[in-house]
Amino acid sequence: MSAQKEEAIDMVSTGAPVRTKYRTNLHRGLTGIYVIWSREVKRFWRDTPRRIGAFVQPIIYLALLGVGMQSAFKVFGAGSTKYVVFMFPGILGMTVLFTAVFSAISIVWDREFGFLKEVLVSPVPRSSVALGKIVGGATTALIQALIFMVLAFFPWFLGFSLSTFYKVLALVPVLVVLALGLTSLGVAIAARMRSFEGFPIVMNFILMPLFFLSGAFFPLQGLPGWMTFLTRIDPLTYGVDALRGIALRGIDITAGMTSQLSNLAPILQDPDIINIVRTRYSHIDFSGLSSMTQQTALQIQRFPIWLDVLVMLGFGIIMVLIAVWQFSRQE
Amino acid sequence: MTNGYAVEVDGLMKKFGDLVAVDQVSFQVKKGEIFGFLGPNGAGKTTTINMLCTLLKPTAGSARVNGYDVLTQKNEVRESIGMVFQDPSLDDRLTARENLEFHAVIYRVHSSEKEKRMREVLEMVDLMDRADDLVMTYSGGMKRRLEIARGLLHYPHVLFLDEPTIGLDPQTRKYIWDYIQGLKEREDITIFLTTHYMEEAEHCDRIAIIDYGKIIALDTSEGLKNMVGGDVIRLKTDDDARAEEELKERYQVNILEDRDCLCFEVDKGDEFIPRLIRELKVHIQSISLHRPTLDDVFLKLTGREIREEEADELAGMRAFARMRPPFGR
Repeated sequence: MSAQKEEAIDMVSTGAPVRTKYRTNLHRGLTGIYVIWSREVKRFWRDTPRRIGAFVQPIIYLALLGVGMQSAFKVFGAGSTKYVVFMFPGILGMTVLFTAVFSAISIVWDREFGFLKEVLVSPVPRSSVALGKIVGGATTALIQALIFMVLAFFPWFLGFSLSTFYKVLALVPVLVVLALGLTSLGVAIAARMRSFEGFPIVMNFILMPLFFLSGAFFPLQGLPGWMTFLTRIDPLTYGVDALRGIALRGIDITAGMTSQLSNLAPILQDPDIINIVRTRYSHIDFSGLSSMTQQTALQIQRFPIWLDVLVMLGFGIIMVLIAVWQFSRQE
Repeated sequence: MTNGYAVEVDGLMKKFGDLVAVDQVSFQVKKGEIFGFLGPNGAGKTTTINMLCTLLKPTAGSARVNGYDVLTQKNEVRESIGMVFQDPSLDDRLTARENLEFHAVIYRVHSSEKEKRMREVLEMVDLMDRADDLVMTYSGGMKRRLEIARGLLHYPHVLFLDEPTIGLDPQTRKYIWDYIQGLKEREDITIFLTTHYMEEAEHCDRIAIIDYGKIIALDTSEGLKNMVGGDVIRLKTDDDARAEEELKERYQVNILEDRDCLCFEVDKGDEFIPRLIRELKVHIQSISLHRPTLDDVFLKLTGREIREEEADELAGMRAFARMRPPFGR
């Protein structure tokens, strides 16, 4: 009986074979991932304003905020700090964060415009739809990041050299892991969102804190305890840390007064000298001096790279699982 | 499949919280027929379709589509059906062709057949010349036609059409009905559709009238109309009293006393009128024939006109429950 049924699906009324069967459930799943992925990429590529916007936004941050802050540091006495260079890997992380999450959130569009129904009623599993969305979103985020990384070769950033090329190559796997985790986060959020009304909440209460606490804009040193805690639980912190560690390896970005101060550290911390100075200038308070000289060295990379990678992988795997689970649960 | 039924539904029920959207519905759809679900907005038509196409999980009861159980054989059900939803479900940033290609890959239309079949369905709905335009440039009627084409692309055994003509202009509605009727001849297919347009339900081979989640009648259009009686002829003559006597005497017709006209019921009104004109001695001023419509059927069964339903409060709630399932569902 069932053999007859199966045959019927393969045949039209004319008797010619028109449809092939899925061989296994894995085949079914992979087909689902593939079609969803290719649709994502196709849509992204077609959406020229989105592509340009996503490329221009980080440049605006770099050019306006970066240059402005760099000048501000000079005024505050940090010498000729290369803040835009410091910020560069952070902006790379930002590009991945926003592109990844936004492309995942397009699920809400798909729901609003009905396309999601076509997918949900089709014979590919829900999990493959979620995975296709994750892989597709991560792909667009990676493309975006790669376009942005062209800037790295300009003299203001890393400069046109072979070492820059190697660095870019080393950044790619980090970006991939980061993009997959962040797109999954987006899918997990979007899977339960019924309309775009919740979107500003996601933006303000999830994305912005993730971004600000990640150290994309400022070094995570000397922060108050509560904030240090928050930065440690922000998965993006580890992503930005790895990106910056790789991108800025061997680059000195604090050529100003602070580093000169740290050269003076052995002298300033010598108790004999401090005693002499104290007796001669007794009206001045020197209590903060030694701690100041100890803190000034900027750490390009706060955590060991293996820890960064481990945290990102862990975050990625957990988010993928949550995203697939959330997406499969819906009716 | 094996017993000649494309869809078998037994005691199907769906609750949204306390609201019973579909209340223990049972029916069968024969292979090859056009089966219509007729009822006001919020009667449970879409909920039923969504359960049959495995999008919604029934609260109770069972259903088989093409012989496959909608609960335990979802993949088989999904592979064997085509869906045209009430609301558009196309990707409007892709072209018509790309939408169809997406569909063809998911439903595994053989690559050797794909191009030919895509052309076939596009021609069927007259969209061949617009095939490479983005769907966002399409009108509502074109989108609906494209959805029908897509629903047919993979040679489904059952095509579900949820309010296929809603929100469309009369001309497009007529076109779409022409396609649907043509399908029956061209493809080996069963069509299950819902509508709240009485006159459109007439196109169906059999009609189930659904109200408040329950099927209150199921028959052919003729059969349903017979429930409310025969054709009604309304006569105006120079002398109604004499005409009435003559009618009673010669034809033994049933005069409808409660109306303020000379109205009577006959079996085949269209054949009776010429006879009447020939034979009646009294001079006729005017004559009109009213054949029972599905509106009359609905009115008789529920005591309400179907159109009043749109403003019905509960119906609105049901429509809301359908559009937005509660969070977590």
